[in-house]
Amino acid sequence: MSIVEILDTMDYGPAPEARDHADAWLAAHADGFGLFVGGAWRPAKSAERFETRDPATGTTLATLAQAGKADVDAAVRAARAAQGGWAALGGHGRARHLYALARLVQKNSRLLATLETLDNGKPIRETRDIDIPLVARHFYHHAGWAQLMDSEFPDQRSLGVVGQVIPWNFPLLMLAWKVAPALAAGNTVVLKPAEYTSLTALLFAELAQEAGLPPGVLNIITGDGRSGEMLVAHTGIDKVAFTGSTEVGRRIRAATAGQGKKLSLELGGKSPFIVFDDADMDSAVEGLVDAIWFNQGQVCCAGSRLLTHEGVADRLYVKVRERMARLRVGNPMDKSVDIGAIVHPDQLRRIETLVAQGVDEGAKLWQPQLDMPKSGCFYPPTLLTEVTPSATVAQEEVFGPVLVAMTFRTPDEAVALANNSRYGLAASIWTENINLALDIAPKLKAGVVWVNSTNQFDAACGFGGYRESGFGREGGREGMYEYMTPAAQPKRRTAPARGGRKTATAPKNIPAVDRTAKLYIGGRQVRADGGYSLPVTAVGGTSLGSVGEGNRKDIRDAVEAARKAQAWSGATAHARAQVLYYVAENLSARTAEFRDRIRAMTGATPKAAGREVDAAVSRLFTYAAWADKFDGAVHAPPLRGVTLAMNEPLGIVGMACPDAHPLLAFVSLVAPAIAVGNRVVVIPSPRHPLSATDFYQVLDTSDVPGGVVNVVTGARDALMQTLAEHDEVDAVWYAGPAANAAAANAAAVEHASAGDIKQTWIIDSDGCDWLDPACGEGRAFLRHATQVKNIWIPYGE
Amino acid sequence: MSAQLESLPLRKQPGREGRNAGMALDLDWIAGLQVNRSAVERRTATLVKRRTVKKAWQAAWLLKAVSCIDLTTLAGDDTPGRVRRLCAKARQPVRRAVLEALGAGDVSLTVGAVCVYHTMVETAVAALAGSGIPVAAVSTGFPAGLSPFDLRLREIEASVHAGAREIDIVITRGHVLTGDWPALYDEVRAFREACGPAHMKTILGTGDLGTLRNVARASVVCMMAGADFIKTSTGKESVNATLPISLVMTRMIRDYQTRSGHRIGFKPAGGISTAKDALAYLILMKEELGRDWLEPTLFRFGASSLLTDIERQLDHHTTGRYAAVYRQPMA
Repeated sequence: MSIVEILDTMDYGPAPEARDHADAWLAAHADGFGLFVGGAWRPAKSAERFETRDPATGTTLATLAQAGKADVDAAVRAARAAQGGWAALGGHGRARHLYALARLVQKNSRLLATLETLDNGKPIRETRDIDIPLVARHFYHHAGWAQLMDSEFPDQRSLGVVGQVIPWNFPLLMLAWKVAPALAAGNTVVLKPAEYTSLTALLFAELAQEAGLPPGVLNIITGDGRSGEMLVAHTGIDKVAFTGSTEVGRRIRAATAGQGKKLSLELGGKSPFIVFDDADMDSAVEGLVDAIWFNQGQVCCAGSRLLTHEGVADRLYVKVRERMARLRVGNPMDKSVDIGAIVHPDQLRRIETLVAQGVDEGAKLWQPQLDMPKSGCFYPPTLLTEVTPSATVAQEEVFGPVLVAMTFRTPDEAVALANNSRYGLAASIWTENINLALDIAPKLKAGVVWVNSTNQFDAACGFGGYRESGFGREGGREGMYEYMTPAAQPKRRTAPARGGRKTATAPKNIPAVDRTAKLYIGGRQVRADGGYSLPVTAVGGTSLGSVGEGNRKDIRDAVEAARKAQAWSGATAHARAQVLYYVAENLSARTAEFRDRIRAMTGATPKAAGREVDAAVSRLFTYAAWADKFDGAVHAPPLRGVTLAMNEPLGIVGMACPDAHPLLAFVSLVAPAIAVGNRVVVIPSPRHPLSATDFYQVLDTSDVPGGVVNVVTGARDALMQTLAEHDEVDAVWYAGPAANAAAANAAAVEHASAGDIKQTWIIDSDGCDWLDPACGEGRAFLRHATQVKNIWIPYGE
Repeated sequence: MSAQLESLPLRKQPGREGRNAGMALDLDWIAGLQVNRSAVERRTATLVKRRTVKKAWQAAWLLKAVSCIDLTTLAGDDTPGRVRRLCAKARQPVRRAVLEALGAGDVSLTVGAVCVYHTMVETAVAALAGSGIPVAAVSTGFPAGLSPFDLRLREIEASVHAGAREIDIVITRGHVLTGDWPALYDEVRAFREACGPAHMKTILGTGDLGTLRNVARASVVCMMAGADFIKTSTGKESVNATLPISLVMTRMIRDYQTRSGHRIGFKPAGGISTAKDALAYLILMKEELGRDWLEPTLFRFGASSLLTDIERQLDHHTTGRYAAVYRQPMA
């Protein structure tokens, strides 16, 4: 085109990024890639290979190896062999390695960016300005955590070998999010990139080799979902970290149930983008571009549900459509392109199908008339208005450049619509009213909330979801905990108060009790639904009375009571502390009674039983103390603003108590959970339940609101299964013996929790001396009782 | 006042021909204006990374930038000789050889206007005779705008009488800082009447206004009062044209068009001295307002040294060699 013609059209013209370096690198690997295991490249044992393509053109970029069972074994072995030395290298030594990786990423930034765009289809503008700089930032930040690990996490140690499976939407960035904290904490890694987008991971492996990362510390295996399944199910790894779809996350949760592996899942989302009537509308529109037309909408935290105040919705939609019409779709290697290629034809078909379904269900479709590429895998930016919450496109993650729009009338309705989703990954709030923004942010069920901004990421800030968007955090201090475990080996002691001890005798002064302890639901003592009761016997076989035999319906009622008690979560920390002190005071006043009950049930000596009651009182004091001190943090990402990391309660926690220390273990589980604002449904020890049922009289006299603590006695493992399967329950804690048949029960709990991806915590009660504060109380309990919400608040007038 | 408009038409009206008729002062609109600074800055930071022009497109865009320059001299040491030199440059801003090498030899390329103080208007008008290049005069007690109100009106009239076809007025920043919108509206309205047939560019002095929200409010009031262009700065404030300020003003232009149907021009001024800067502003205009704002009828740069840098880039484009400043003809 001549300059004179351009003066007339004033088009942008082509601006292709040079790809010669990437092509040269691909040409050097024209024979195909092997697997990176133990610091060396090796072919896959099987001859199976697959191709990776450029989705913008369909051309083949490289041939990759499909890792099989033997390959996964070898990679895990190599990681295991390297782990001791890597951990022993110390924080400073690891910091040097991570720093070197950060530098290498920067030095090779343009090659990594072009390769990523070729393999994934996202615009070069994004890989160049967002993905790769964030990768470098992540390694720098975690070089810092490696350096500080000994001083900042003195009670923690590395987990061991970590298996990581990452998605195709931010290939190298997800690698960085997984690898950097794992290595910083002293773990070694086996990572499988997505089969569509393995190339930057392979280039990264070469860089790691070049950087002198010790062999086996980082192992990269390629392959499709079969390789991933082998990796996550492998018994030789200590932790699984996965980012990807909720469906696969669910399968991983089920597959790893009972294996004792630590697990973090970062899954799907249907994140709300809430625009109030006092928002800066033009900026909100631009926010939408960053929210849903970023990376072709193939972003787990994409703001895909636009919720607008009804009074301004039409005005906003006009602006949105005008903006959409100026988006440029096309060759992702062009520097002036906003929307590149959809990663794979399968994904494109999924988008087309879901949009068609949305229209079928009544949504109004709008797409701008854009110059679309004639071939390749592309989809135009799409707006669906008049969508209702019941529509498929309002519920399902499209994972494409498709925005669905709804309206609300009041802030409360905005929150209700926002939370009307099984997901809970992220949310954006647009308003110029700080009161409104800071009122709404804590009410949203989302791990990340952006005020007047969207899709902000930084290594210093935790990222991760609520609900079916997964659990665990990546980034920041909270992310480091995912790759560590308490350093102190649990002291294995024979619990002094276990039943069956030969020397145990029931105290003589306890009269025969002839009564049935009821269930405690919603602050009331209620009869078990089934109308059955279970006998409770003392050590010598004497009857101590009976307890109600709770069933599924009692669990249902207890959870419902807990749901209604949500005011507890909104109570001030000071108020919760006061209640806990009061519980402690009232328990203390009844020390003799509780001591005698423990003696009667377990045969403990008076001294031992007295110690247990005293410890329970002390523990209540501990969490009364913590209630207003388990602070969040203010992170310092590189922006003018703050990121508030708030510790929020999970909601409803179901918990099963061990037989050991029937009072103390019960208190040790319940107190931290309610201290931070959870409501609990507790299943006491089936063998020694009476300390728990006695306890509700203490609760009744201590201003604990009904429904905050609910006690259902009965068959522990069956009831726990029901709790784990209940979608209203946000987490389950199972404190049972790990080393015997009950391990199967723990596995069943984890398996059942996969249904709605609820958090689980399996506590090895045999390995825990509940009397020892180092094991039986403290921050670990509080961390498990909370989830971190990162609220980004840029400011400036 | 002719343009009493229906409330909030949702659909953008086609551009009305002719000048901005203004509209009644709408205080509700002013009160409801929202500008989120962090979001605005994020947009401008990424905007210039989202678009780029290369090769022939870059050369063409730079020629376009030249055509939108208000070639300016506003210094205490201005003399007729200096102004005549500037006018000569305005007629022939890019060397013929360069234009021919670009294949644009047939394009009659001039700058958008020559911008001077009132005392230099006659000199400039004479020097530009026959070129079609308008003379713009800064007026109303430029740059502070605090001379007696009557004198400011007389100054406009005198410049128009002397042949200025464009008047760059300065607003009383105090009206913005105290939120006295009726006073600002009346002032600008009076200036507009004094301008008569001359097009009025309204200089907000954005560096003095303190906040982006004030920039938005002042922009809207000036357009309601009949500004043909809104302009960022005098070039004499400590902060002059910036992309965030310009983004806010262009968004107000868009909203004003939606409500009134009138298309208002935009002129960033001060501190724009490189070809790269110029391209960033052109990209901003195209993205936020559209193709029509890439013409001197709706877009001007207020600049003095920008042209030299653009010439160097064009020279480089034709020869492949980096060009020296001294080889570009002076203004």
